[in-house]
Amino acid sequence: MEFPESYKYTKDHEWVRIEGDVAVVGITEFAQSELGDLVFVDLPKVGTAVKQHGTMCVVESTKAASDVYSPLTGTVSSVNEALSADPGLINRTPYADGWIVKLTGASAAEVEGLMSAAEYKKLLGK
Amino acid sequence: MRRTPLYEEHVRLGGKMVEFAGWEMPVQYSGVVAEHVAVRERVGLFDVSHMGEIWVTGASAEVCLEQLTCNRVAALYDGKAQYSALLNDTGGVIDDIIVYRFSSERYLLCVNASNADRDYEWLVSRNTTDAVITNASADYGQIAVQGPRAIELLAPLVRTTDLTQVKSFHFIETELLNTKVIIARTGYTGEDGVEIFIPSARTVDVWRLLLEHGAPYEVVPCGLGARDSLRLEAALPLHGHELSPDISALESGLGWIVKFDKGDFIGRAALLAERERGIARKLVGLVLTDAGIARQDDGVAAVGSGESIGVVTSGTKTPTVQKALAMALVNTEHSSVDTKVACVVRGRTIGSVVVPLPFYRRAR
Repeated sequence: MEFPESYKYTKDHEWVRIEGDVAVVGITEFAQSELGDLVFVDLPKVGTAVKQHGTMCVVESTKAASDVYSPLTGTVSSVNEALSADPGLINRTPYADGWIVKLTGASAAEVEGLMSAAEYKKLLGK
Repeated sequence: MRRTPLYEEHVRLGGKMVEFAGWEMPVQYSGVVAEHVAVRERVGLFDVSHMGEIWVTGASAEVCLEQLTCNRVAALYDGKAQYSALLNDTGGVIDDIIVYRFSSERYLLCVNASNADRDYEWLVSRNTTDAVITNASADYGQIAVQGPRAIELLAPLVRTTDLTQVKSFHFIETELLNTKVIIARTGYTGEDGVEIFIPSARTVDVWRLLLEHGAPYEVVPCGLGARDSLRLEAALPLHGHELSPDISALESGLGWIVKFDKGDFIGRAALLAERERGIARKLVGLVLTDAGIARQDDGVAAVGSGESIGVVTSGTKTPTVQKALAMALVNTEHSSVDTKVACVVRGRTIGSVVVPLPFYRRAR
C-alpha cells in the first residue's frame, strides 16, 4: 500500500495535500480498501464550514454508509464533482483523481499537528 | 463466533471475514461489484453452510408440517422443494424456509442461520403430532453455485442424473467425490443455479472441486456483500429486513405462500382477520430518483405533507440495475406503482418512486 511522503494523514484515514492556501482532502488507500467498492459519495456544498474531526461528507459502499471526517477546520471551496458519476475514482486513485474536497482557511498549526506518512504507516502497523 | 467448514478456505482465498448472525463469514473476496457481476454473467460460489437444516420425519410428518408451515405441503411430491414460512400466532414471520420432500415420511427444512436453534425449539414446542423433529444443522455444509453457467459447470460432475433435467425448485440425491450430497435447483440471487448440501467433513473437498472445474467459466468465490445486492435486485426478502415476527406475512408480500384453504395452521386466524379488515402496510419497491442511497430503518415520507408513511427495509445502489434501490414497508394508500414518495436519509429527503418488483428479472 502506498502513502505519499508529502501528504499529511489523520487517525481516521483521511489525507491532506497542501497546495498554497488550499488543502486538498481525500481518504487513504487503506481506507478505500477497508470500505470496498464505493457506489455513492454524498458531497458537501461549496461554502460549507467544516470543523476538524467533524463529519465532512459520507461515502457509501453497497454495504454501508461511512462518515468522512474533516482533517482541518475550514471552508469547502470546491468539491470533486467527478465523484458523482464515478465514485470508484476513490477506489482506483485515492490520492489523485479520487480527491474529495478542497478546503480554505485552515490554520498552519492544525496542518502541523497532522501525522506524517511515516507516523500514519506506524499507526497501521505497516 | 461460529465458523463453517470452509473458514480456512475463505481466509486462504483472501476473503474479508465479518460477523454475521453469530457466524464468521466472508463479506467479499475480490470486491462486491466484481462478484455480483460474475454471478449475473457467469457463475459464483457462495458458502451458505451457516444455514440450518432440520429433519421432520415419521408417518405424521406431512400433517405436522401442514400445521407448522403456511404453504401447502400436500402439493409437494418426492424430489420437489417449496418456499414456505413459519408464522407466529399474530401472522408475523418467524422465518422463511424451504421445505424439501424426500418421501411422504421424510422432509428437510432449510432455515436461516440466525434462526436455526430458535426455529428448531419452536417446531418441537408447537408440534402436536408424533412426527420426529431433528436439528441436523451441524451435519451439513452448504454451497450455492449461482449464475447462468452454474448448471454447465456442475452437470459433468454429476454422474447419476442429467442435472439439466432437474427443474427449478426440484432436487436430487446424488454423489460428488463418492460422497452423498443433495443438489437443489434453488438459490437466492435471481439467477439459475443450485444449492448443494454436503456432509460437513467433505464440504472443503467439494468447494475445491467446484473452484477447479469452474476455472474455464471464470468462477469466483462470492461473499455476503454480493449475496445481498443480488437478492435485493431480485427482490427476495431477507429475514430481519423485509421479514420479521412483527411484520405480517401479508404485509411483507408472502401472501402467495399463505394457503388459507388447506386447513388450520399457526397464524391462519390472524391473517384471515387481517385480510378481512384490509392490510394496513405493504412491501414495495422504490427507485431513488434524486441522488442518494436509502438503507434499512431510513424513513419514507409522503411528498408535500412530509407525513411519515413507512420505513425502508433494505436498500443500496446495485451493480446490475445501477440505481439506488430500496424495499420499504409503506401504508397501503401510498403503495401503488408510480406513487412519488420521499426517503428520509440523515434528515434529508430524497425523491423516490414506487416501482414494480422485482427490480431485476433474468432472461430465460
